[in-house]
Amino acid sequence: MNIVVCGKVIPASSVTIEIDASTKRMLRKGVTHELDPAAASAMEEGLRLTEKHGGTVTLITMGISDVTIGIRNALAMGAASAVHIHDDAVAGSDTLATAKLLAAAIKKQPFDLVICATESSDSYSGIVPGQIAHFLGVPPVTFAKEITTDGNTITIKRQSESGYDVVVATLPALVACSSGINEPRYPQLKGIMAAKKKEIKVYSAADLGLSPDQVGEKGAREKVLTIGRPPKREAGKAVVDEGEGGKQIADFLAEIKVI
Amino acid sequence: MAEIIWVYAEIGDDKITTTSLEMLAKASEVGKAEAILLGPAPENTVQTLANHGATKIYRCADPVYRDYLTLPAAETVAGLIQKHQPAVMLFASSYSGRDLVANLSARLDCGAITDVGDFRLKDGSVEATIPALGASYQNTSTLLNQGTKLLVVRPKSFEPKVNEQPVAVEEVPPASDEGHRKVQMTERVTVKREGPQLEGAKIVVSGGRGLKGEENFAMLKELADVLGGAVGASRAAVDAGWVPYSMQIGQTGKTVKPDIYFACGISGAVQHLSGMKTSKFIISINKDAEAPIFQYSDFGVVGDVFKVIPQLIEELKRRKGV
Repeated sequence: MNIVVCGKVIPASSVTIEIDASTKRMLRKGVTHELDPAAASAMEEGLRLTEKHGGTVTLITMGISDVTIGIRNALAMGAASAVHIHDDAVAGSDTLATAKLLAAAIKKQPFDLVICATESSDSYSGIVPGQIAHFLGVPPVTFAKEITTDGNTITIKRQSESGYDVVVATLPALVACSSGINEPRYPQLKGIMAAKKKEIKVYSAADLGLSPDQVGEKGAREKVLTIGRPPKREAGKAVVDEGEGGKQIADFLAEIKVI
Repeated sequence: MAEIIWVYAEIGDDKITTTSLEMLAKASEVGKAEAILLGPAPENTVQTLANHGATKIYRCADPVYRDYLTLPAAETVAGLIQKHQPAVMLFASSYSGRDLVANLSARLDCGAITDVGDFRLKDGSVEATIPALGASYQNTSTLLNQGTKLLVVRPKSFEPKVNEQPVAVEEVPPASDEGHRKVQMTERVTVKREGPQLEGAKIVVSGGRGLKGEENFAMLKELADVLGGAVGASRAAVDAGWVPYSMQIGQTGKTVKPDIYFACGISGAVQHLSGMKTSKFIISINKDAEAPIFQYSDFGVVGDVFKVIPQLIEELKRRKGV
């Protein structure tokens, strides 16, 4: 079973995000990056399926050169190879252009299943997987909290407002998995050493058949007009518990007339 | 002439979702509200939509929309958009709302703005506000070079309003593309929830990683019971398997807006804040004085949840004379 995992490498959770005032985009250059935990879960799911059914996992990501560290991490987890869409022209791409680029890169190899996270941990739009599925012409099965396959079809438990739905799709398909679907493995020393020898293919937008005006800032339909810190919610009272914390909350509840 | 604003109406738990009605309220305020209602729905749904501002409803009750997820709806909605070209179409930030917009934007080769908290129309272009998540940034965005603007709206962004309108219903033919049958829903499982519904609760008591284990949620339940509230959780607690997903509050869970929100052992990650930060009063208890949740709290206690909460329960019982 050939599996492609699409995942993002993002500024590490310890990094305070700054915005470039002229482009109104997140500053990513020179910032410590890591494989998005949501992407690590998608990788883990792919690895578990190939361990059971055979085949390999390829990671596809897009980003600046700083993302290599996250690609190496995915390779160390067990991805057989990786594809890096690396091109200054793609900076500022919106979801649609991102999906077009990823779909074009996926099509360059045989695949039975594409696995994505439901949403990245740095921008949360959550619509790229569905867009990719459309461009690939495969069924999207989203919000998966459990994935099983018999080689011809894939069955998922799809999160719903009131529980879950059992959804079956024929392969090839695209699955977007929800957070908490698994606990991603930590790369072991052997994997880390092996990762150094694995191939990372690099593609530009042109390699993927997309012209510079279809991607990046130029191709974006969504344009950010303003960006800034929201007005701060007025800080309330805070106390350190010195044995009366519970009673102080009760006093506060009385003050706002809840009790 | 008023611009036409479409609302994709969703059915959940056998009734029209509150978010659908919230979006209709905003749509009627900005322009002429119309709704799309696909799949089986209770009989009174058309009337409910009309009572909340819909002047026209495009309707197809075929079960294909329920049994094959969102692809059939995408086919129908794409056709309707191309034919009628409304100025804006609104979708709830729900499972099917997000899936539908993803497919529509690819199918119609147009952009979409997600996580919208408010919007306005200015000379035919849309200006959407995307509220900040926690300590991050708030922005306003627009969509360039496209006809119908697709917006995915956060729940609880608007108040539903009763605004009865004469309504025209247009029946539309069901989606016919056989390709949609490649993905099928075979079973719907409802996970039972105990206690009051989180969504409408006036008081919500939530626990996070700091609760340390499943068994300690009993303490939150007791606090919620004393106050007549419901129990929620952060993603950390749900991912750890302590409580079911139906209790998750946050970006990928439920959005709540109670009068009082208790954050117990919750640090206040962006993911969580987006689901509760519009609560009227936020009370938090966390042992880490630096936890971001304190920046959003009206009353914060830096302390041990296992000492503070039992004392609070005891104190509430004493004051109530229980």
